Amino acid sequence: MIPTGFEYERATSVADAVARLRASNGAAKLIAGGHSLVPLMKLRLSEPGRLIDIARIPELCGIRQVGDAIEIGAATVHHDVATSPLIATRCPMLAEAAAEIGDPQVRNRGTLGGSLAHADPSADYPAVILVLNATIHIVGPGGERVVQAATFFKDLLTVDLDPQEVIVSVRFKPVVSAGYAKLHQRASHYAIVGVAGVLDIQGGVVRSACVAVTGASTHAMRLSNVEHALAGQPLNDESIHKAASIAGAGVAVVNADVHASEEYRRAMIPVFTKRALEKARARSSA
Amino acid sequence: MATTHVLPKLVGQRIKRREDPRLIQGRGTYVDDVKIVGMQHIAFKRSDIAHGRIRRLDVSVAKALEGVEAVFTGAQLAELIRPMPIGTPFPSPTHRAIAVDVVRYVGEAVAVVVARDRYVARDAVDAIVVEYEPLPAVVDLERAMTGQPAVIHADFPNNIALPQIASGTGVDASGKADDTKIDQAFAAADVVISQRMVNQRLVPNAMEPRGVVAHYEPGKGSLTMWSSTQNPHILRSMVAGMLGLGESQVRAIAPEVGGGFGAKINIYAEEYVAAAVSKALGLPVKWIEERTEAFVATTHGRDILGYVDLAATKDGKVLGLKLRLIADIGAYNMLLTAAIPTLTMLMANATYDIPAIRATLVEVFTNKTPTDAYRGAGRPEATYFVERAMDMLAAELRIDPAEVRRRNFIPSDKFPYATQMGAVYDSGDYEKALDVALAAAGWEALKAERDAARKQGRLVGLGLSMYVEVCGVGPSASLPTGGWEHAQVTVERDGRITAATGASPHGQGNETTFAQMLADQFGVPLEHVTILHGDTAVVKQGIGTFGSRSQAVGGTALVMAGARVKAKMAKFAGPLLEAHEADLVFENGIISVKGLPTSGKSFKDVASYAYVPVPLPEGLEPGLSEEAFFEPKNNTYPFGCHISMVEVDRQTGEPRLLKLVAVDDAGTLINPLIVEGQIHGGLAQGIGQALIEEAVYDEQGQLLTGSFMDYAMPRATDFPRFELQAMVTPTPVNPLGAKGVGEAGTLGSTPCLVAATVDALREFGVKHIDMSLRPEKLWRIIQGGRA
Repeated sequence: MIPTGFEYERATSVADAVARLRASNGAAKLIAGGHSLVPLMKLRLSEPGRLIDIARIPELCGIRQVGDAIEIGAATVHHDVATSPLIATRCPMLAEAAAEIGDPQVRNRGTLGGSLAHADPSADYPAVILVLNATIHIVGPGGERVVQAATFFKDLLTVDLDPQEVIVSVRFKPVVSAGYAKLHQRASHYAIVGVAGVLDIQGGVVRSACVAVTGASTHAMRLSNVEHALAGQPLNDESIHKAASIAGAGVAVVNADVHASEEYRRAMIPVFTKRALEKARARSSA
Repeated sequence: MATTHVLPKLVGQRIKRREDPRLIQGRGTYVDDVKIVGMQHIAFKRSDIAHGRIRRLDVSVAKALEGVEAVFTGAQLAELIRPMPIGTPFPSPTHRAIAVDVVRYVGEAVAVVVARDRYVARDAVDAIVVEYEPLPAVVDLERAMTGQPAVIHADFPNNIALPQIASGTGVDASGKADDTKIDQAFAAADVVISQRMVNQRLVPNAMEPRGVVAHYEPGKGSLTMWSSTQNPHILRSMVAGMLGLGESQVRAIAPEVGGGFGAKINIYAEEYVAAAVSKALGLPVKWIEERTEAFVATTHGRDILGYVDLAATKDGKVLGLKLRLIADIGAYNMLLTAAIPTLTMLMANATYDIPAIRATLVEVFTNKTPTDAYRGAGRPEATYFVERAMDMLAAELRIDPAEVRRRNFIPSDKFPYATQMGAVYDSGDYEKALDVALAAAGWEALKAERDAARKQGRLVGLGLSMYVEVCGVGPSASLPTGGWEHAQVTVERDGRITAATGASPHGQGNETTFAQMLADQFGVPLEHVTILHGDTAVVKQGIGTFGSRSQAVGGTALVMAGARVKAKMAKFAGPLLEAHEADLVFENGIISVKGLPTSGKSFKDVASYAYVPVPLPEGLEPGLSEEAFFEPKNNTYPFGCHISMVEVDRQTGEPRLLKLVAVDDAGTLINPLIVEGQIHGGLAQGIGQALIEEAVYDEQGQLLTGSFMDYAMPRATDFPRFELQAMVTPTPVNPLGAKGVGEAGTLGSTPCLVAATVDALREFGVKHIDMSLRPEKLWRIIQGGRA
């Protein structure tokens, strides 16, 4: 629990952060809430020579409406997302997921951008970001680029982000008829299995569905077979049950650890898919 | 004229803890807050394998790092201090504070670094190179007993630390067992319940990890130690013995201690090493345990396997109990390790009148962190085994679990009650505790609620557990350290009271409860009483805080010393008031003649007079300071009944505690608010054991749940609002009537949650489930039931 020695500096703007990252030649890491990085440093599994703190950069914080989209600054803490009236009204699934991350200490320090950049296989946000078809706005030495959530999560702890880049914000079209359901790992309160589901419903029929799972595999991923099973179906108990029952069937690698075997995790994917979809359905009729 | 009470009687009042404002505001002084000029920091290189022979230990790079003062290997340390002592009269293998040739558990120290700060110390630890010849890790308990896959200590064949001992019916003083009666009981039984049960290994996880500052002053030849310990006086004696110093040359201080839960009774290698290193170098040194170290280097709790057989008539009257206990004590004997499972044997009766009992115990070495006391220490295990068996009997006979217990209680008119296990239960009324709990919970209504929920397809169950505990630990025959407590009470010149107690509170709130008693005793405000503890230079003698003994033993010593001072003070006040000392009343800061409240002298004036006694009353010495030792003739035996309702999620297997009712009888209560806090804490840990806590080792002897990311600690969100009800059956063992309450919450809650969960899953044919009640485990039972 004693990290190796490191230098610490605070960036004043995104441009400043990018410049500092570039100047460090790979020795520096960004820190915001520190809830993923600091534990690794204390265990000496990560030994950055320098930390660049981006937590207080004004342009990275806050939740805004931009046209018909919502933009959340990367340094916005989970608690702010969980308690935002805008999110609660326009995208309740996101508030629900944020409110179930870790514990109050984590929610008051940990940030959206940090969670996405770290991409813990059991983190809650990635599944939600995937089903919202969010875009991730990134600034690096070459300027700004936008990455689709669908291509952002690559593998275990691996995302489409260069070491010299900074996640600035996440943008998405809010949706009410969506839900997140999660089986808590009882020590860390990460997701053993977490499923996010979005339903686009018209006249009682599912036009399209977006479903994603986290916790089950190396990284969060869409459950396309579930999405296909729902598309074009009338929304009822039977269609939800039928679609949920095949959830996870195509997932090749499923995690196993002291908390849950592969068999149990596989069995829980349909359970929580159904719960997420039922929440989405309940919200669609509310 | 009636006396007007200005000062309220404080004993029995819900006074908020005086300790809390400073602790909540971060103004407490813990070991890590102690800083001494020139202080060095020490860090340990620890084994990362469970069992192996050290082939190469290279400290040269570490030694050469800038800022490193010294590095000691186990062999070098062995020249400075003796092997680690234990506090029980059982055989024990040689245990070096730092391993010399073989490491026997993950976390065992192999070298110690002394450096200018914690960072350099840690860097140096990482620079030490150790090569091991791996030996097979002994992890499975019952396999270990066959000497497989390895023998951990050469002098202990088959890894048997303590060969089987027996107690109970037909066992004579030499330990020889005559099984005639127990065999007859089982032969006569209509029904026999047999179950293998594991009371799993737990990590104590005090909020403040351990820590020590050792400061040897070569000029004085004396050592001062600050340590996060539950018993500084024992620490002083042990460290003095280890270093070859006199006890008068060692001062031990337990500053604020952020929880111990029994794991800070043991005197640890790090304490001896810090003292030895400070003495060798002539420098003050500090060691603060990292959380990752705390998981493996601080003793674990529980880990007893029980084979339980219960013989009964078809009416549910228990005829006999066999309890075969096998304790996994880890790699070494620590201070009380060997004695803890004997307490499980001692409490094998639980609350029941059982005609024949045979308990046996074997203790076994494995390549795991050593075990020692953990909140309840042996008694929760006994309660668990017996209460689970009673539930299984109730289920087998289709008798209400409350009723089957009622048919077997030790009757309330049989106290004091000597059990065949060697305990003498001081006082009790178990049937009343059951009735109070049934009424408080609304047992019949709860059953209806459960049945209604089941009709809707929900998996809801009810559990009930009785418990009796052994607390207020003493007399000296039962405790190798001495079973007394010491106190000194001084009325200062200005009338303020300073009291020193040998109890060493670390969360129990004794600064409040003890002050309540003394304020009442002397008729002065609470704020005028200061309680000192945890410093062997301030408190002349002491044993410490464990076994729920502070109030019952330490509190009694304190009021005894107080009574002596008060009697002397009355001798000073008598002549001033021209009254006989027996007629004086201490009230509202005034000492007056009974019936003449306005005639009095202020408490302060009498105190001043005692220190400048002109004239000095005949036969009196000046001053107002007296001490007392109190040794109880017996332990105390608090008891109670816990009831819970649990729902299991049919899809996921997740258990949820819906309701918990606890009726606890701790004897006379000094401060019900603090008592409730103690019960809440005990319940949290008892529920934690049932539901989520578990030290899990893999086959290589690696602790898989070695951090808070994987070892689940209970949180407020895991609990419903606890429904508590106090019952008061005073103990005759001490004049306060107080029994002790620190551990009680862990006893009843654990079996009652398991019972409720088994009840919830009854439709799947399950009779018992080992803890912890992991969702996957329950899900598999549900799946199996469907198959």
